[in-house]
Amino acid sequence: MNLTLHVWRQDGPDRAGRFETYHAKDISEHASFLELLDLVNEDLTRSGGEPIAFEHDCREGICGSCGMMINGVPHGPRSMVATCQLHMRSFRDGDDIWIEPWRATAFPVIRDLVVDRSALDRLIQAGGFISVRTGSAPDANAIPIPKDDADQAMDGAQCIGCGACVAACPNASAMLFMSAKVGHLGLLPQGQPERYTRVLDMVARHDAEGFGTCTNHGACQEACPKGISVDFIARLNRDVLAGSWKAATVEAS
Amino acid sequence: MRRVVTLYRSSVGKKILMAVTGFMWLGFLLGHMVGNLKAFQGAPMFDEYAHHLRVLGEPILPRTGFLWAFRAVMSTAFVAHLLLAWQTSRQSRAARQSGYRKREDLNFTFASRWMRWGGVFILIFVVFHVLHMTTGQLHPDFVEGGAYHNLVTGLGSPVVAALYALAMLVVALHLHHGVWSMFQTLGANHPKYATLRRPLSTIVAIAIFLGFVSIPVAVLAGVVS
Ligand code: HEM
Ligand code: FES
Repeated sequence: MNLTLHVWRQDGPDRAGRFETYHAKDISEHASFLELLDLVNEDLTRSGGEPIAFEHDCREGICGSCGMMINGVPHGPRSMVATCQLHMRSFRDGDDIWIEPWRATAFPVIRDLVVDRSALDRLIQAGGFISVRTGSAPDANAIPIPKDDADQAMDGAQCIGCGACVAACPNASAMLFMSAKVGHLGLLPQGQPERYTRVLDMVARHDAEGFGTCTNHGACQEACPKGISVDFIARLNRDVLAGSWKAATVEAS
Repeated sequence: MRRVVTLYRSSVGKKILMAVTGFMWLGFLLGHMVGNLKAFQGAPMFDEYAHHLRVLGEPILPRTGFLWAFRAVMSTAFVAHLLLAWQTSRQSRAARQSGYRKREDLNFTFASRWMRWGGVFILIFVVFHVLHMTTGQLHPDFVEGGAYHNLVTGLGSPVVAALYALAMLVVALHLHHGVWSMFQTLGANHPKYATLRRPLSTIVAIAIFLGFVSIPVAVLAGVVS
């Protein structure tokens, strides 16, 4: 199939960017989206141009590095897949495809389609952990966990940190990302000791990183390649409410 | 108070305060709507109701004491809701300085995109409404204490009636997203009831719209005269 690509090109963090148009010819419909970019890059290299910079690693939807905006949708038109799992059969011969980096103040563009997502790492550092003694692994099932809780915690743990939720959010808020971690840890007994300090610290970090305020639009859930539900956001809000109550009580006493 | 300040410091806390103040206004709107519907029972009943609001709490409270206390609480909630909306909007605007060339709308509902501009419209309408029906400056034939008369003459003009209807449409839209959003913000998503939140917000929006709009329609149709 033949496609016309409009790709955001930006030489560096402080350089002005622009869209460049590329014609990709004879692309197999079985090619993945990243393979399409590889092919375009081979042509570019052969003709002496700069290849398009894009992030990728596992190419199987696990590492979360390959995010990009494809025709106005994070990870492209298919739901519940990352860009690396998107195949050209999801497009039609002759299509125009617009490819842009994630847009958020907290995710500055490094080059072309690559953005700096370390704000998400700092969010995790602010509270996305549990404090346990290291040493030999505990016995399996030493701490019983209800099946429903374990399942829900796993749903939250599926987050691959790709940033699609931020990219899709009209407010550029990282609530879905943050709530997936807060829910994952907050549903498990091991996460209880830090449950309320975690959520308050993470929200404070979230605001300081320059993410926006959630207004429950729901675009994040639609964009998430792992289908993480906004139910986690409600859970986070509940913990903020309870946590602020407790924190204020502690401050007062 | 300290708890409110703790909440106010974070974006999520600000949203929680918006949900609470929004909920207070929702409660007011429902009460106001039921009160307005007394217009269908005729002038004596309606004027009696309006008078009653003024003397509520008497003689324990001074005349209109309750009314003013209530107005103070509701105005504070309104201003707080508005300021929080402004602050959170600014945070969000700063969070994405350059936008996308192409963008699909992935939001759950159409209504959610109109919260901010809809809110601005509601603000303008509320100011107009007070000057129209409460203080009378913008009313063509205002009679102090003549609530029923003011209602009928005030809504007699199709233009004014249409403005009221439009405002109620905007409020209904605000609540269609707002009520659902409020549950979400307050963390009310019990698995047993979570699926009822969307239908409930739709019902509230429709009820508010129909309940309020029935009055200008009835005035124009001559049912209330
Ligand atoms: C000056 C007028 C107003 C402005 C500027 C305004 C603005 C906003 C904004 C920006 C939001 C956040 C959007 C979101 O969370 O999705 C919101 C939420 C809300 N508003 Fe308003 N609003 C106004 C008046 C009202 C009134 C009169 C009511 C009551 C009938 C109301 C009820 C609500 C509710 C229930 C929410 C949901 C809060 C939440 O998300 O938790 N608002 N408003
Ligand atoms: S490359 Fe790892 S998720 Fe796409």
